[in-house]
Amino acid sequence: MPPESVKTHFELFALPATFMVDGEALSARYRELQRTMHPDRFASAPDRERRLAMEQAAQLNEAFRVLRDPLARARYLLELRGHRFDDEHSTTRDPEFLMEQMELREALAEVRDSADPLARVGVLMDQIGARLKAMTDQLGDLFGRDSAEAQREAVQTVLRMQFFRRLEEEARNLEADLEDELDGP
Amino acid sequence: MALLQISEPGRSTAPHEHRLAAGIDLGTTNSLVASVRSGIAATLPDAQARHLLPSIVRYLADGARVVGHDAKAVAAQDPLNTIASVKRLMGRGVGDVKALGGRLPYEFIASDSGMPRIRTAAGDVSPVEVSADILKVLRERAEQTLGGELTGVVITVPAYFDDAQRQATKDAGTLAGLNVLRLLNEPTAAAVAYGLDRASEGVIAVYDLGGGTFDISILRLNKGVFEVLSTAGDSALGGDDMDRAIARWIMDQAGISDDADHAQLRRLLRDACAAKEALTDAERVDLKVELMDGSHWEGELTRSQLDSLVDPLIRKTLSPCRRALRDADLTPGDIREVVMVGGSTRVPRVRELVGEFFGRDPLVDIDPDKVVAVGAAIQADILAGNKPEDEMLLLDVIPLSLGLETMGGLVEKIVARNTTIPVARAQEFTTFKDGQTAMALHVVQGERETVESCRSLARFELRGIPPMVAGAARIRVTFQVDADGLLNVAAQEQTSGAHSSIAVKPSYGLSDQEIESMLRDSISHAEDDMDARRLREQKVEGERVLEAIRAALAADGDELLEAAERGRIDQATEALAQACDGSDAQAIKAAIARLEKTSSEYVARRMDAGIRKAMAGHKVEDFE
Repeated sequence: MPPESVKTHFELFALPATFMVDGEALSARYRELQRTMHPDRFASAPDRERRLAMEQAAQLNEAFRVLRDPLARARYLLELRGHRFDDEHSTTRDPEFLMEQMELREALAEVRDSADPLARVGVLMDQIGARLKAMTDQLGDLFGRDSAEAQREAVQTVLRMQFFRRLEEEARNLEADLEDELDGP
Repeated sequence: MALLQISEPGRSTAPHEHRLAAGIDLGTTNSLVASVRSGIAATLPDAQARHLLPSIVRYLADGARVVGHDAKAVAAQDPLNTIASVKRLMGRGVGDVKALGGRLPYEFIASDSGMPRIRTAAGDVSPVEVSADILKVLRERAEQTLGGELTGVVITVPAYFDDAQRQATKDAGTLAGLNVLRLLNEPTAAAVAYGLDRASEGVIAVYDLGGGTFDISILRLNKGVFEVLSTAGDSALGGDDMDRAIARWIMDQAGISDDADHAQLRRLLRDACAAKEALTDAERVDLKVELMDGSHWEGELTRSQLDSLVDPLIRKTLSPCRRALRDADLTPGDIREVVMVGGSTRVPRVRELVGEFFGRDPLVDIDPDKVVAVGAAIQADILAGNKPEDEMLLLDVIPLSLGLETMGGLVEKIVARNTTIPVARAQEFTTFKDGQTAMALHVVQGERETVESCRSLARFELRGIPPMVAGAARIRVTFQVDADGLLNVAAQEQTSGAHSSIAVKPSYGLSDQEIESMLRDSISHAEDDMDARRLREQKVEGERVLEAIRAALAADGDELLEAAERGRIDQATEALAQACDGSDAQAIKAAIARLEKTSSEYVARRMDAGIRKAMAGHKVEDFE
C-alpha cells in the first residue's frame, strides 16, 4: 500500500491532530499541496501517473473538506480516538434538547403562515446559527480537556450539532423557495 | 516531465518543442477555437476572417456535411436536414427530447440504445455525431492555422451540465479524433481569461447566458488559484428562449396559427433573433414577416416591448444566482466583480437586471462570445506542457449532487453538489433480504429526494454476494469524480471481495465500442489508417513515459533507489526505447506496461517526497 493512503488528514497537512485549526493556514497549505498534486499538473504525464494524481488530489480535497468544517473535524477527531459513530442508531435522550428541536421544527413548519415569512425564516436561521456557534465553542473547550468524560460529552455535542445542521439545511431550502416565489412563476 | 516538476518545482525543464494545443467553445449557437501563440491567447478565424462558426450542420443526400455559415444560410429552406442547437440534446434521452416538444423542428427516432437520433437525408445521426462534425471543422481550422497536428484540446461545457451531458461532449471530442485533455466549465474558462489580464484577487461572479444554457459560478481568486466556491444554473435556458418568446409575440401580432410549417417557424425564429440583436443598440426595429399566403405582415418591436418579453426569462436566472451565493455562504455585497459571458448578455435588459441584483456594473470588456474559448486556450496550453512554470491552477466543483437509489425510491446522496473535484467518497450499504446474493445499484444525479425527480445516470448490478442474513453483508460503494467532472462507481462486498464497477455511461449514451466503430467508419481508408493511428498514439505515449522516467532518474534516481532497483528500471527503460523505434504498437504498449510496473514503487516514493517538499519549512508548531 502506498504510504500516503495511510496518512491521517492532519498528517497530510502537517497539522497537529487537535480541534483548533488555523483556517487561513489550512487554506494556504491546501493551495500549496494542490499545486503539487492536482491532475492538471499531470495532464501530459503517462496514464498511471494521472490516475495516481487524481487519487491523491481526491484525498486532499476530502481532507480539506473535513478539516475546515468544525463539525466534520470534531467527528473525525473522535473517530481517530476510537469512537465509532453508528448513524442509524445514534440518538440523544436529553429531553431538553429534544424539546428545543421540536419547537424549532414546528416554528419552521409555521413560517409560511406568518405575516412576513422571509423575515421569519431569517430569524430562525440566525437562532440556529447562534446555537451551532455556541456548540462549536463548546467543542473547543471539551477537546481542550483531555478526559474520557470530556470525550463522551464531545460525542453528544457532535450528535446534537448534526441535528442542527439538518435543521439549518431545511431552513436554507425554505428560504430559497420563498425567495423564488417572490420572483413569480 | 510531470515527474520532474515534482522534485524541482523551481527549475525549468529541458527545452522541448512547443506542443500545439487549442481551446474549443462548443456552443449552442456558435462555436469557436482559440490557441496561445507567442504568449497571446486568441480565437482563430476561418479563411474569410470569421471567428464564430455557427453550430449548425446540414446533412446532404450524398452523405456530405455542410457546417457553419453555409448551413445557417439554408436552414430555413431545408429545416429537416439542417441541425441547429444540438447542444440542447447532448446526453439527453428520447423522453427529454419529447419534453422539449415541438420546439425542435426535426424528426426524431428512438434507437436501441435509447439515445435519440435525428432523421436526415444522409441517414440517422445522433447529437454526439452532429457535435463531432462541428468539432472536426474547428480541428481542421486550428491545424491549418497552427501548421500541425493538435497534441490536445480543452473543450468547454456549461458548469451546470450533468454527468451524461459531459460524457456526451467528451465522446464527441473522441469521435472528432481529438485528444481531450480536459472538459472545462465555461464560467471558469471566462474567469481565467479575465483573471490573467487583471491579476486580480478576491471573489468574483461569472454570469454566463449563452444560446441555450445558463450558468452562474462564484470563484475565489488567490495567487493564480481559481477556486470555484459554488455553481448553479439551468442547462435549458438561453437566448434561444428569448427568440422563441419574440417569435411567439410576432405570431400573436400577425395572426399566424400554431400549425405553421417548419420553414415558416425557422424564418420567424431567424427574424426574432435579428430583431433582438438590433435592439441591443436601437430603441425600435421594423418587422416584416412573410405569411403562408405570400402576403406580408408589417409591425414594430420596441426596446420596452422586448424587455417585457424577456423579463420573465432573465428573472429565472436570478434564482440560481441566489442559490450559488447561499451555497458559497456569501451575499451580493461580497462579490468584487461580476463578469458577463455569452452572447445573450449583450441584451441590455440582462445587464441591467444582473447589475441590479449584484449592486454593481458588470464587466463586459472582453467580447462575451470569445472569452470562454480564450480561457480554454490558456488552460490547454498549460495542460499540453508548454508552461511548466505556470502557477495557474483551477479547482472546480460538481454542479449537482450524486447519489444512489435506496428503499422506497428515495435518494441517498453520496457526493453533495459544489464539492471540489476530483473527489472519491465511499458509503456502506447492506442487503435487506435473507440470502440475498445480488444488489441492483441505480446511480442518480440531482437535488431532490425522490428518484423520479433526479436524473438517472446508470444502473448496474453487484453479484456474488455470499448468502447471509439480511443486514449482515457490507457493501461498500465508491463514487469517484475526476477532474473533468466524470463519474466512476465501484461496489464491493467487504467480506467476500465480490466486486463490480462501472464507468458511468448514460443509458442513452454511446458505448466505447460504438465510438471505436464510428471512428473506424469515419476514417475512409479503414484498417491501415487505424493501425497507423494506433502506432502513432502508442509512440507518443511511449515517448512521454520515457521522457518522464529519464527526467526523474536524472533528478533523484540515485537518492531514492537502491542499485538493484535502479538496474531493473534502466533495463525496462531501454526495452521501451527499443520498442518505440520499431513499428509494433502492441510491443510498445507491453513495454510501457512493464516499465510502469517496474517503476511503480519509485513513482510512489517520488510523490511522497514531492509532498514532503511542498510542506518543507512548515513545522507543526506553526499552527499552535
